[in-house]
Amino acid sequence: MPHPMRGATAITGLGMTPMGRVFGKSATELAADAVRLAIADSGLRKEEIDGLLTNAGVTGTAGHGIGLPLQNYLGLANLRLLNHMNAAGSTAAQMVQYAALAIAAGMANNVVCVFADTPLQEGTSSGAAYGGAARNPGRPRGMAGLYAAAGFFGANTSYALATRRHMALYGTTHDQLGTIAVGQRQWATMNPSAQMREPITLEDYHASRWIVEPLHLLDCCLVSNGAVAVIVSGAERAESLRQPPAFVLGMGQGHPGDVQRAGVEAETETGAKLAAETAYRMAGVGPDDVDICQLYDCYTYTVLVTLEDYGFCKKGEGGPFVEDGRLAPGGALPTNTGGGELSGYYMWGMTPLSEAVIQARGQGAERQVAKHDVVLCTGNGGVLSYHGCLILSPHRS
Amino acid sequence: MADTQARSKPLPEADEASRPFYDGALAGRLMLMRCDDCGTVRLPSRRHCDRCLSTETTWVQASGRGSVRTFAVMHRVYHPGFADEVPYNIAVVELAEGPRIVSNLVGVSNADIRLGMPVEVEWERHNDVALPKFRPLTSDR
Ligand SMILES: [Zn+2]
Repeated sequence: MPHPMRGATAITGLGMTPMGRVFGKSATELAADAVRLAIADSGLRKEEIDGLLTNAGVTGTAGHGIGLPLQNYLGLANLRLLNHMNAAGSTAAQMVQYAALAIAAGMANNVVCVFADTPLQEGTSSGAAYGGAARNPGRPRGMAGLYAAAGFFGANTSYALATRRHMALYGTTHDQLGTIAVGQRQWATMNPSAQMREPITLEDYHASRWIVEPLHLLDCCLVSNGAVAVIVSGAERAESLRQPPAFVLGMGQGHPGDVQRAGVEAETETGAKLAAETAYRMAGVGPDDVDICQLYDCYTYTVLVTLEDYGFCKKGEGGPFVEDGRLAPGGALPTNTGGGELSGYYMWGMTPLSEAVIQARGQGAERQVAKHDVVLCTGNGGVLSYHGCLILSPHRS
Repeated sequence: MADTQARSKPLPEADEASRPFYDGALAGRLMLMRCDDCGTVRLPSRRHCDRCLSTETTWVQASGRGSVRTFAVMHRVYHPGFADEVPYNIAVVELAEGPRIVSNLVGVSNADIRLGMPVEVEWERHNDVALPKFRPLTSDR
């Protein structure tokens, strides 16, 4: 018996604004642009939208991100589903999951899920946008103050610590991490939406400056302004709409927890493992069936550890697994085919999700992967803390 | 904000929950919370034990010993107070009692830091606060 959620819903609309150093529009205005594009893309009438889920990105933390008021800005009346969601980088997948469950339960019909963020301001660096506590005036209070006192700032430090542990435990090398960055840049050269489209070599990777060792600049994702929206609809409705549906075959989450005490292996074993179990079971597939991966890639290491936890290789063997260029164009497991967050655009979980929809539809043009029956899409938030995933397919069954 | 203040390193100050930790630090004692009900030792000064959710807690002095769980070397200047320090190390030390603490290693060059390296706390004293730093115990470098 197939799982009742398998193929019950599909992504029917995709809207993407220009992304990157895009100035002059608020997060709300960008979100509205993305929603308008997604509705037009789907062929739905605006009146058919009866659900709205929002995710604000880092702008939300700063207090001027999108949220529930977006409903009225968009002029959406009589919604049957509405929420502002935040599980950091895993939110995009989680929004689609919530929408799919609600639609399958008869609570709503067509749900818009939208992410918008404006972390960049004209004249400031990308690093400034995510520097975290470094910007806070005054003395840091309480135990958290030990972080600032040690010069520990932002996610770069956290992921450097995790990457170092994997390198030390398993012998993972910079060549292997660099291969991920180089391969994704190859994909980005074929993506008109990508911010970084100049090819790079492994030598360029090694020569790029240290941010927090062992992370080079080219291990780290971009920072982008912009918005992306997707629409989730029931499978029947999806088949009558304008675009090839990207059916949701499987979905899952995993949040391992970290009490910062001996016995927890949070740096190298992630929630992806739990999420994979759930999603593979629902979809009735395994790693060998996956044609394309869109893996959340805030850092090169995130890709590597996620591949391990989805069972594409054993724990610790992510390095050797990627070093032959398997993830790059022409490789056996095309991954982050739009350039990902490293080279494409950084829209949190909407980066892998948008490219997953494009590939499942077969609309990747120059970068389209020939076999796109099963597309794995993951989202990761916090420091490998929160994980959500979707398995998408152009085939309902 | 005065320029001199902007250029100094951020020095933490105690809040109510963390006062026993910072008071202990000034006296040269590394203090941890131990749950009275299940004995679990935790570092972040949380009211509840994360294992049994009890709020009955006693602050206890730790041995001050531990080992390097992982480390990184910061090259960017995210705070002007660290402009003269880069590249500096940031380490996660797993204390013998179990909890992990973020700190810096002293008395070792960044190139010689290894995972699992045994370390011991020492205190970096400032006017009204002392910060735990860790020094490698053996000289296998
Ligand atoms: Zn307890």
